[in-house]
Amino acid sequence: MHPAFSVIFLTTLLGAGQGLFLAIFTGQLYSVARFLPTQDDQFYALGSLVALVLLVVGLGASFFHLGRPERAWRSAAMWRTSWLSREVILLPILMLFVFAYGVAHWMEWTQPWFRIGEVLNVDATLIFGLLGTIASFALFVATAMIYASVKFLQEWHSTFTVANFTLLGMASGFMLAAAYSAYIGNPLVAFFGTWAVLLTLGALVSRVAHLRRNARLKHKSTVQTAIGVRHTAVVQKAQGAMGGSFNTREFFHGRSDSTVRLVRNSFLILVFPVPILLISAAYLIESTSLPILAFVIQYLGLIAERWYFFAEAKHPQNLYYQSVA
Amino acid sequence: MQDPIAHSDSTVGRVEVKETTCYMCACRCGIRVHMRDGEVRYIDGNPNHPLNKGVICAKGSSGIMKQYSPGRITKPLRRKAGAERGASEFEAISWDEAFAMLEERLGRLRAEDPKKFALFTGRDQMQALTGLFAKQFGTPNYAAHGGFCSVNMAAGMIYTIGGSFWEFGGPDLDRAKLFVMIGTAEDHHSNPLKIAISEFKRRGGRFISVNPIRTGYSAIADEWVPIKPGTDGALLMAISHEILKQGLFDRDFLVRYTNSAELVIDDPARDDHGLFYRAEMHVEEGCFDPENKLWWDRNIDGPISTHTPGADPRLMGSYKLDMDEGIPVKPAFQLLKERLEPCTPEWAAEITGIPADTIRRLAHEMGVTARDQKIELPIPWTDCWDVEHPSVTGNPVAFHAMRGMAAHSNGFQTIRALGVLMTLLGTIDRPGGFRHKAPFPRPIPPCAKPPHGPEAVQPNTPLDGMPLGWPAKPEDLFVDADGGPVRIDKAFSWEYPLSVHGLMHNVITNAWRGDPYPIDTLFLFMANMAWNSSMNTSETRKMLVDKDVEGKYKIPFIVVCDTFASETVAFADLVLPDTSYLERHDALSMLDRPISEFDGPVDAVRIPVLPPKGECKPFQDVLIELGSRLKLPAFVTAEGERKYRDYPDFIVNYETSPGSGIGFLAGWRGKDGDQVLKGEPNPKQWEMYAKNGCVFHHELPPSYQYMRNWNKGYLHWARAHGMIRYAEPITIHLYSEVLQKFRLAAQGKWPGRQPPDRLRERVETYFDPLPFFHRPLEDQLVDTVRYPLNALTQRPMAMYHSWDSQNAWLRQIHSHNYLFVNPLVGKKHGFADGDWIWVESTLSKVRCMCRFSEAVEPGTVWTWNAIGKANGAWGLGSNADESRKGFLLNHLISEELPPSEAGEHLSNSDPVTGQAAWFDVRVRVYKAAPDEPRVTSPQFDAMPRLPGQEKQRGKWQAYMAGVFGKK
Amino acid sequence: MTQLALVIDLNVCVGCHACVTSCKEWNTSGWAGPLVDQNPYDGSPTGTFFNRVQTFEVGVFPNTETVHFPKSCLHCEEPPCVPVCPTGASHKRADNGIVLVDYDKCIGCKYCSWACPYGARELDEQEKVMKKCTLCIDRITDATLSDRDRQPACVLACPTSARLYGDVHDPDSEVSVAIRERGGYQLMPEWGTKPANHYLPRRTTRLYISPDELMRVDNPLRKEDLTNYTGEETLDDVAW
Repeated sequence: MHPAFSVIFLTTLLGAGQGLFLAIFTGQLYSVARFLPTQDDQFYALGSLVALVLLVVGLGASFFHLGRPERAWRSAAMWRTSWLSREVILLPILMLFVFAYGVAHWMEWTQPWFRIGEVLNVDATLIFGLLGTIASFALFVATAMIYASVKFLQEWHSTFTVANFTLLGMASGFMLAAAYSAYIGNPLVAFFGTWAVLLTLGALVSRVAHLRRNARLKHKSTVQTAIGVRHTAVVQKAQGAMGGSFNTREFFHGRSDSTVRLVRNSFLILVFPVPILLISAAYLIESTSLPILAFVIQYLGLIAERWYFFAEAKHPQNLYYQSVA
Repeated sequence: MQDPIAHSDSTVGRVEVKETTCYMCACRCGIRVHMRDGEVRYIDGNPNHPLNKGVICAKGSSGIMKQYSPGRITKPLRRKAGAERGASEFEAISWDEAFAMLEERLGRLRAEDPKKFALFTGRDQMQALTGLFAKQFGTPNYAAHGGFCSVNMAAGMIYTIGGSFWEFGGPDLDRAKLFVMIGTAEDHHSNPLKIAISEFKRRGGRFISVNPIRTGYSAIADEWVPIKPGTDGALLMAISHEILKQGLFDRDFLVRYTNSAELVIDDPARDDHGLFYRAEMHVEEGCFDPENKLWWDRNIDGPISTHTPGADPRLMGSYKLDMDEGIPVKPAFQLLKERLEPCTPEWAAEITGIPADTIRRLAHEMGVTARDQKIELPIPWTDCWDVEHPSVTGNPVAFHAMRGMAAHSNGFQTIRALGVLMTLLGTIDRPGGFRHKAPFPRPIPPCAKPPHGPEAVQPNTPLDGMPLGWPAKPEDLFVDADGGPVRIDKAFSWEYPLSVHGLMHNVITNAWRGDPYPIDTLFLFMANMAWNSSMNTSETRKMLVDKDVEGKYKIPFIVVCDTFASETVAFADLVLPDTSYLERHDALSMLDRPISEFDGPVDAVRIPVLPPKGECKPFQDVLIELGSRLKLPAFVTAEGERKYRDYPDFIVNYETSPGSGIGFLAGWRGKDGDQVLKGEPNPKQWEMYAKNGCVFHHELPPSYQYMRNWNKGYLHWARAHGMIRYAEPITIHLYSEVLQKFRLAAQGKWPGRQPPDRLRERVETYFDPLPFFHRPLEDQLVDTVRYPLNALTQRPMAMYHSWDSQNAWLRQIHSHNYLFVNPLVGKKHGFADGDWIWVESTLSKVRCMCRFSEAVEPGTVWTWNAIGKANGAWGLGSNADESRKGFLLNHLISEELPPSEAGEHLSNSDPVTGQAAWFDVRVRVYKAAPDEPRVTSPQFDAMPRLPGQEKQRGKWQAYMAGVFGKK
Repeated sequence: MTQLALVIDLNVCVGCHACVTSCKEWNTSGWAGPLVDQNPYDGSPTGTFFNRVQTFEVGVFPNTETVHFPKSCLHCEEPPCVPVCPTGASHKRADNGIVLVDYDKCIGCKYCSWACPYGARELDEQEKVMKKCTLCIDRITDATLSDRDRQPACVLACPTSARLYGDVHDPDSEVSVAIRERGGYQLMPEWGTKPANHYLPRRTTRLYISPDELMRVDNPLRKEDLTNYTGEETLDDVAW
């Protein structure tokens, strides 16, 4: 597939935004459970604002992918069948909850609405946070399923796609939370950092497993099934359009194998070991800038990861577009 | 969007449907042009048309894009004063100025020396008018593109069976069981052949394709027999050898309808050696083969007049006639048998690359199918000897062949070999075999003759003779007292005696060299001689701008008439903008190359559906206007007054001679339109064609549809309707006495004209009365070890017969071309699929990209022809794929042979017919250096846009009829 | 339910591209038009077509087959491109099974093209909406056209009649009979898309000649059974 930067930014920014929100809310839950000291509401409010900004920018990027963005409103129509439609619905819902969550903190609507048991005071932030969490996970699934549901894109048609989108999004979000904490001098750096490392490691396992699966993948479609001729030697000579067509632009990355390999190796380094090392170093030397660097590097790595995600996928239609003559 | 079911095209805009005839290629299908608000909305096939029966091809469907192409020329243009020719600097002028220029110049030439004016047209099918103009002008220097197309096919077949493939005849696939196609590209008789092959296959017929390349039609063949280019003759000889050996020939057919049993004088000492023994009896004089020859009858064991009732002639053996102290004679068939004896399948396998067993099997398939699957139709008919036959029978083996056989310097004899094989199988004008199309069959050869000497060309006088014709003996040649050529292209000279279509491919070189003489004005119509229609294109472009010591152009004045800004337009001094096919009247005439069917004559017309673009004027109207201004006799009254208002008026009222009743159109003749082929002019003829889909189809009664060479009823009907002069049998020339006459002349045994000494051996060798295989001339003269590969071209179906780079849709299918090579060639020379390579001949080299293909024989490389274009031509942008990635093989092909004893400047052509030997070219290939630019070579300076040409279209084109032109 | 479709006969397709441009020609000015061209007269010309003809080579010289392969939307019975469309622009008609795009609803997200394993959809790069074969729905449903003309443009154009058109759900239709009797098959059956369009395979007609067919009593060579006596010596001259 041709990696479109609009979609790369859309998915990575949304992932980081969702992850950041989840991190912030996780921080709140920990403090509710008294594992962590309570932070002031500004911390949560500002954090969710950053998450919201990421979601908005991600949404903005998605418009660049559309041919007719002015009709984007129509895209919610087919939620019964289309994961894209579901994503389109879930994203504003999530944004609403994130916004509400941030506002609730900002406005300090912390009066409990009700109480569960003896200890848990359920206030607006908790409700919005919870709803946002559900929406976040749902959005992770919806976004990933856009790709994972296309069964003949076998590289994508895997639970790994959902796991990767979720884990990588969360890892980058927690990494951002660490960076954010470091930036404002909040002591939760270590907390978020630790989670970020754990999620990154989890993502590493899932992503490498996905790569290994794809490396062993046997494509169901071949040029033989594409044209229905049984012979070991079937080679296309002419695709019927010498100047190219939509099919040759949309479904081919047009890069050499070595470039694709380079991108893969880059993301394997940038997304996983480097941020972990940087975060660990930050922990050891109590640096406030290294977590920021760790996030930036991991995010750059995720751009490469997403580029590779697209480039790696071999669309069966490409079997019909192999040669010009 | 509106529900498509509620949408009807008929309610969008002002809708009109007009019928006319396509001209996106030379196939000429009937079309319906659907118009919306004056713009072309849709062109589809006319379902009632006999030729295409409603189908249409890729080009026909893209007529819209040709109509609205920015490559159109819209104004007459004159080369700017002081501008160099070829720089394409023009100024727009009025038609009045253009006509005045031409009238003055041509009038002067006609008064001084008419042959200083040369008119050559790329596209034929308009030859009846262009040829008439040339003849009336008085110049012999006229021809259409046949010389560089397929004249070998026309001549080889017509000199053998009195008809040929495509317009004049073809395979009867409705009834054939076995179809063998040899050397046919994706072209020629495009839609009808596609229809016929597909129906043939659906009926379960077996289709064999012999071709170095498997594309197009060959793709759907049941068997592909890859062959080395230029060796078809050997294959055919070996097949005939096997057919003779197994006795699989149709003896009865050979005896009765061919000259197989006729006795040939067989005494090398005699001056009439190799001629038929002609008995002394009264014979009519005429351009037919008189029946004064003899058979050797097996019952009386002696000579007997041919076709004597009850006679049973010998096909083999050698005999002595009693008269003149015993004249040794042999039946022609015996001579053929002797010729074929050494041509074993093993011999041919070596030459053709086809295994001997395959050759033998092919022969058996043909012979057994012909013998055992006989067709008998309950159609009674009477032959020329008054024998009544209760039925028409046929042997269902059909052949088709085209340029693959023709465009070699051995093509004529190869095609003779094909004609002989078809004859041995007994398949001529019989169901399931080869069928003629009107006006063929014609006498062998047809009656029209070229002028016989320089005295035929006189100032202010029409040419004495036809500009083109069919020599039957040395006296018919168009040579001077020394045996030198009179025509600028040297056609009908001893160099190419039977060049029945002329040699357009040598005109520019000869005119540039002044050999045999310099000319003044070269008028080119629709011929891209500065590009894909010339051999040796790079040098040809230099010749067109070359000057003599005084600084004058060696070809002083060049007029180009074309619809599009072709490469050749850049080299014109005067450019005349032609119309598109949708903007003009045309007559696809019986006088020319009509679209007849097997069942009878068909001709067709074009009627304009659109007004001419800009100031475009149909070329036919230009000729009528010029003819009138120059007062050429056919175009003016006895008083010198203009006779015809315009082309439509001319078409209706012109008669070949006053009162002949024969004119351009065969349909609806006579005052009331109730006569066919012959009859008084009908003032309402155009309307009647318009009412009938622009086509006239006269279906013959079944008894006239077969065996027409010898069908008494048909021949008398054809004579009564002015199609032939004699109702005499057209006996097949298995043995060609015509060729033998030229050979005798070369041997010094002919009492009349004889060739110059340098050409004696050449004429003697190639004018063999029996087909034979010889290596192509280029093979004999170049180092085939250094240049081991044959390079071929063919036109893709989507661009067949028309260079459609100006067509926005078709050029998306073929925007540039690759050299197709077998992977073994790449491996041997160290390059990979898609690499840039050089292709080099003895003449020149081109750089291009290669594409590996398993569908090409390893000794052959090939490419699509005429995809490559010169920068800026045809209205294309300077980055167009056609010029950057496309290439032309023509640069590699010489128009002349290396000097030899036979001559310094012999054309690279068939020594019999002058057919351009495009496919003889030998090349080698090697990888381009890594630092070379990734563009094809050679490149040429960009051709600027011409005055009157639309400006370059932008990035987008969204054609929607009715709104496109208004945007 | 009616399922209109094409059946394409690879046994007779010569790769002439008639279907390609006749389709373009009809549809660019039709209900589904225009079909935009980009760089129409310059480098890398490219435009929207609903139908393409491709060429494949099968086998190795000299046993090579050249296969011309026309490809357009297959109007799947389970079209994967339809459920993924977020707006409902991409839909399959209930009345005749044709898969269509409503350009007014299309947002140009290209997701449907990703969801088509056949590459049957092409984005109009100027209008930025997805376009595809409509089976000439504006012809086949136009009651003002004659029965003969009420067929897709590609079918009418095809010189080899390699394109059959009809209802594949009607077991007696020409297309169903062709599929049944001539081994009609679907492309990429592995995805369960159930393309309505089918392809008919190549078939080879062979001729077998047994050696005894070369020997016949009526062999014309038997008529040429004579030899010539030209005065040479024979046993008659020397033996007694």
